Amino acid sequence: MKFIDEYRDPARARALLGRIRQVARHDWTIMEICGGQTHSILRNGIDQLLPPNVRLVHGPGCPVCVTPLETIDRALCIAAMPETIFTSFGDMLRVPGSGKDLFMARSEGADVRIVFSPLEALQIARDNPEKEVVFLAVGFETTAPANAMAVHQAAREGLGNFSELVSQVMVPPAMRAILSSPDNRVRGFLAAGHVCAVMGYEEYEPVAEEFGVPVVPTGFEPVDLLDGILKTVELLETGKSGVVNAYGRVVSREGNPQARKVMQEVFEVADRPWRGIGVIPQSGLVLREAYARFDAEKRFDVGHIAPQESPLCKSGEVLQGHLKPSDCPAFGRECTPQNPLGATMVSSEGACAAYFRYHRNSV
Amino acid sequence: MTMQPSCPSPILQHETVQMAHGAGGRLSQELTARVFMPHLHNPVLAELDDQARFEAEPGRIAFTTDTYVVSPIFFPGGTIGDLAVNGTVNDLAVGGAVPRYLSAGFVLEEGLPLADLERIVESMAEAARKAGVVIACGDTKVVQKGQCDRIFINTSGIGFIPPGRDLSCRNLRPRDAVLLSGTIGDHGMAILTTREGLSFQSRISSDSASLNGMITDLLEAAPNLHAMRDPTRGGVAATLNELAVSSSVGIELDESAIPVREPVRGAAELLGIDPLTVANEGKVLVVLPAAEAGAALAAMRAHEYGKEAAVIGKVVEEHPGMVVMKTPFGSRRIVEMPLGEQLPRIC
Repeated sequence: MKFIDEYRDPARARALLGRIRQVARHDWTIMEICGGQTHSILRNGIDQLLPPNVRLVHGPGCPVCVTPLETIDRALCIAAMPETIFTSFGDMLRVPGSGKDLFMARSEGADVRIVFSPLEALQIARDNPEKEVVFLAVGFETTAPANAMAVHQAAREGLGNFSELVSQVMVPPAMRAILSSPDNRVRGFLAAGHVCAVMGYEEYEPVAEEFGVPVVPTGFEPVDLLDGILKTVELLETGKSGVVNAYGRVVSREGNPQARKVMQEVFEVADRPWRGIGVIPQSGLVLREAYARFDAEKRFDVGHIAPQESPLCKSGEVLQGHLKPSDCPAFGRECTPQNPLGATMVSSEGACAAYFRYHRNSV
Repeated sequence: MTMQPSCPSPILQHETVQMAHGAGGRLSQELTARVFMPHLHNPVLAELDDQARFEAEPGRIAFTTDTYVVSPIFFPGGTIGDLAVNGTVNDLAVGGAVPRYLSAGFVLEEGLPLADLERIVESMAEAARKAGVVIACGDTKVVQKGQCDRIFINTSGIGFIPPGRDLSCRNLRPRDAVLLSGTIGDHGMAILTTREGLSFQSRISSDSASLNGMITDLLEAAPNLHAMRDPTRGGVAATLNELAVSSSVGIELDESAIPVREPVRGAAELLGIDPLTVANEGKVLVVLPAAEAGAALAAMRAHEYGKEAAVIGKVVEEHPGMVVMKTPFGSRRIVEMPLGEQLPRIC
């Protein structure tokens, strides 16, 4: 497969590993921000191949993991309303709310449908004018443009039966929160390639400068990841900070101007709670006042939701790189993919699920 | 003067399935005569008795049943009908049985076009002919609109296991070779991409096929074969995990040896789904003493359904009950039993 196979080439991977071993003289903790990167690292066993002084920790970049419990509970509440079609990406259906998940809601008679894009949800709204169609708009900057586009399109067409339950978050404020924590051990970041493809990497430059850390936009294939790790270690060993792009085939400094434009037109920045972490100032996107009629939170009466998190779940510490999933006392005992206590174990991209799936026992 | 009938005559020629088609009266007979018998006709079924009767063969009897509720009912590479035949034939064949007789139970939703039903029955007849099995008895029920998804089919099958043959998922031994008859994920990805209306440059076709012919050749080439399973729902990952648990052994796979067709790989990448967990309907996993691996591989590759057969791993004493994959980079990871429904990822 062109643009994939060459980035899975074992010979190139071995050469990069050799270089990392040569360059890394000190102990370094590097965070990969995105859950997709976490899974690729564990799936390909990259963590086993790195020298012991280069340690990877997993960041908060999994949209399923960081979606607050109250959003899931609101989704369940809306989905259960009669005359409603509730639409979502597949990942979200298995995330437990306080009592159940969207699969259970569907088995109880709710019309819950998996879609591959918010524009598909929009089509369902066009096809079912007598029903209220709601799309669960979660994710980082990667999903935001399409979610914005769906609302923009609905407004243009005057669709009265479409709305989004929005839980949209952004990466740079989360990086700031992690770096500002007194417990922080992270010395450099592999920035998420998909996010950078949309936003560009210019927005990481102030973070890198302010905190004196290297930030390296990185892809998802083994060679991409090893190249990103090498570039980060090179910067760390020479005492340099700043942004160095290791994903040039996809990422530019400016990103995708059209995607950014539609995002800015429809969404505005606001404080946002992250599951397991708490409120991070100015880290979320909400619908602007001009699009308030497409906001499911305002359209349906779901303000009374009071969720209950499991007291055993340490996913917040995992998401900030303070704790490895396997170091959590509940990991693999009270908390498994069949019986997840927190979203990091539910999501296919969650760090705890990745550890359970690929490294449950030492192999 | 001619008498005119006072009531209109009932409509007998329908184009869609009606509730009366399942009521046991004239319309039921018409459905049997018009749709089922022309395609499925054989001496056992032609008796039209309440039971099928046939001579037993020496050895043990293998008996299996499966119900097919696939959506869409027509997909690239097959229909729900040939799938129902192939699936049950394969369930018998992987146990070492020679499949002989099938039953077919239909649950039809009223309003199903008879032309669709006929196309399905025709594909079943063709699949049964290719597999050399007889559809010996059947049943039809009609349910109201909305009570099923157009058509559900149950097929049960009977086959005979020749004396002296004993395949079992408990038979795996350390150092056995693990073989796979071809590329993985074709059926599941064909269904998923058709169902969700995803269009890819290369069309993905189901691998639905009856494997009993190839398995007969395989058993002749490798008579000491330990176990066979067809990796259907849950894919190769689920089947190998079941085998490892049943025999209390470990299985070690070599990632680069597992054949995956390019469009399947592409679709799986896009959707964030591991091809190892995707369903197959025309593949078999074989575990046998390493000394017979070469002969088994040659026998499979000589057959149209085994051209891409490969040795994909081995049975080991370590990590009993667990399947582990060697990556091309020299690292190792667990191949987990898949949880359930495959869910496409967010980004």
